[in-house]
Amino acid sequence: MSTNGAPLVQVHDLVKHFPITQGIVFQRQIGAVKAVDGVSFEVERGETLGLVGETGCGKSTTARLLVRLLDPTSGQIVFDGEDISKRKGDGLKALHRDMQMVFQDPYSSLNPRKTVGSIISEPFAIHGLLKGQGERKKRVQDLMDRVGLNPEHYNRYPHEFSGGQRQRIGVARAVALEPKLLVADEPVSALDVSIQAQVLNLLRELQRDMGLTLIFIAHDLSVVRHMCDRVAVMYLGKVVEVAPSDTLYNFPRHPYTGALLSAVPVPSPSGPGRRRERQLLTGDVPSPANPPRACRFHTRCPKAQELCSQDEPPLENKGTTGLAACHFPLSEGEVKLRLAGALGDSDPSTNAHAPGEILDRS
Amino acid sequence: MSPLLEVSDLRVEFSTEDGIVHAVDGISYAADTGRTLCIVGESGSGKSVTSLTTLGLTRGRNTRVSGKIEFDGRDLLTLSGDEMRSIRGNDIAMIFQDPLSSLHPFYKVGAQLIEAIRVHRSVSRSSARDRSVELLTMVGIPDPQRRVDQYPHEFSGGMRQRVMIAMALANEPKLLIADEPTTALDVTVQAQILELLQELQHRLGMAIILITHDLGVVAEFADEIAVMYAGRIVERGSAEQIFFSPQHPYTWGLLKSIPRLDTPREGELVPISGRPPSLIQRPSGCFFHPRCPYVRDEHKRIDPSLSDVAGEPGHEAACLLPTELRSRIWRGLAAGETPAELRRLVVEDGQTVPVSGRRPLSQEEGS
Repeated sequence: MSTNGAPLVQVHDLVKHFPITQGIVFQRQIGAVKAVDGVSFEVERGETLGLVGETGCGKSTTARLLVRLLDPTSGQIVFDGEDISKRKGDGLKALHRDMQMVFQDPYSSLNPRKTVGSIISEPFAIHGLLKGQGERKKRVQDLMDRVGLNPEHYNRYPHEFSGGQRQRIGVARAVALEPKLLVADEPVSALDVSIQAQVLNLLRELQRDMGLTLIFIAHDLSVVRHMCDRVAVMYLGKVVEVAPSDTLYNFPRHPYTGALLSAVPVPSPSGPGRRRERQLLTGDVPSPANPPRACRFHTRCPKAQELCSQDEPPLENKGTTGLAACHFPLSEGEVKLRLAGALGDSDPSTNAHAPGEILDRS
Repeated sequence: MSPLLEVSDLRVEFSTEDGIVHAVDGISYAADTGRTLCIVGESGSGKSVTSLTTLGLTRGRNTRVSGKIEFDGRDLLTLSGDEMRSIRGNDIAMIFQDPLSSLHPFYKVGAQLIEAIRVHRSVSRSSARDRSVELLTMVGIPDPQRRVDQYPHEFSGGMRQRVMIAMALANEPKLLIADEPTTALDVTVQAQILELLQELQHRLGMAIILITHDLGVVAEFADEIAVMYAGRIVERGSAEQIFFSPQHPYTWGLLKSIPRLDTPREGELVPISGRPPSLIQRPSGCFFHPRCPYVRDEHKRIDPSLSDVAGEPGHEAACLLPTELRSRIWRGLAAGETPAELRRLVVEDGQTVPVSGRRPLSQEEGS
């Protein structure tokens, strides 16, 4: 059944715990890494949803659960109107025609012993499509051309390509079956700056032309802002804030989002002593095997109070177009203070005095 | 007074089975006490080889190094291995990119710090240990008395990088070379580490050479910037000069190809077409000409040298386009015009044989 108005993906209370075991012969579970611990969100058809967060926040695990490379511990994933969280075998294989993934590392995600042609035609082989040799080759060469590779390089091996080109191979393989959903897990973080833009533009072009729905995972907040319509911020296995890009970047409500944004260095110097007053988070992310009680961010939160360690805040509307899980969301004044210089309308080329200067220490 | 470190006409070549790799090709720069020099460039531009050579870490049978690296009045390239060893880790220290693989997994953090101190100072083990605790406190590691007896795997990525910094600062170096010190870290941790480095520089007054590809980090950190491409410095200047009036098409490309938080979201990124050249078979003329949208025919033959930008003291660029034309192009780029549109300026300016236009964006890299 196809429900065209409904979101393409609906995730309800998704949980993935990886057991920690002890003992060699008789293994017993002594705990669990709570990689994803109750995540809910929706992805509309044709939109790009960004997932951001620090290392270990569960963003990659969420992606792998969505594509069902991992089995969820509990929770529900509704894709195109059907619950897919328990799919197995042939049902799962059929599902993968509609959802594909682009991986982070273009070196380890391509089989070094296969030619590019056979790597990109693998999806057709798996699903028994385009049986004729000539037909399949033609389609693969079209795809190579589409992603900006020279179709004559059909018989070359991955090691003959640069990092950016390999990532194009990975993209070609992922879009070969014209999936409805493409999940890109840090697709550009292994690439050089000048090459990143090429791959980002390619993903945007493909999305426009093929009507793809894209889930884009990255730790680089500027890249996510550039690519995504909506962004979900994760911290220790939970979504702490989800909002349309413009709202999230201009008026973050969760102190963690504020801290992330304020930590991003901005490529625009503005005189000596230009460093703006940052809201630096102290310490490290706590272990997901033993996350803090109630609000998980309270151990590092500059606004934490008694309530935060007793009562977990629900993800709810905090007066903007997004949702945030916080008892004491940032006020407008705090946002201004912390993000001055990071955002705003300063034109870097003509304006030598970014707003950050107001807050200079010296 | 001459600067603390002065590199002049440094060349580093490696002979390999495929031919000679011209990793660094005649670069000159200086670093001075209390100042930060940022070297920016892509992988393979020679930025790491430059700093490894400064530390004498590229000496080998297949390596040819020429030029001069003057540090504190001595030419480092003429020093023997032993003399170099007494400078390395003492007067010049280095922080590497990956803190996990730069710490020895078998030894306790304290033992590694003690070794770094005792190699250069004749102090007792116990006073070296006291110094290690002091160093760990200085770099902001909580509970240093206990942490000093732990192994690297017991530290998080950010904490390991702090240990690396502590080790580099153990002997209060005059020059600290940081090679992509925050690339492997999360933004929040990156901000902590950069803040720490800045504070320590302030306190200890050392010169820092920061090697990175992240222009955001550069903008917040650098006093001077050198942009490297294919083994050469293509542009050099103060942070303001590089960010507000860049002169080299490669620098423009770098600045325009990154998404940033302080510009409107809808803007398309303008990638640099093609990919970095091979350092064995280098392009003729200007090394950047195969990727340059503003190339003219003669640029394929003439090799530009780094020369002063008129009216901007200390700002140098290696580009054959006339200065006046370059500033017009940059104004256009800054106003949101695309390189394809701006190429018309180059054509109008004269003598150009039009190149067969740029291919669509997605087809640019490679072959």
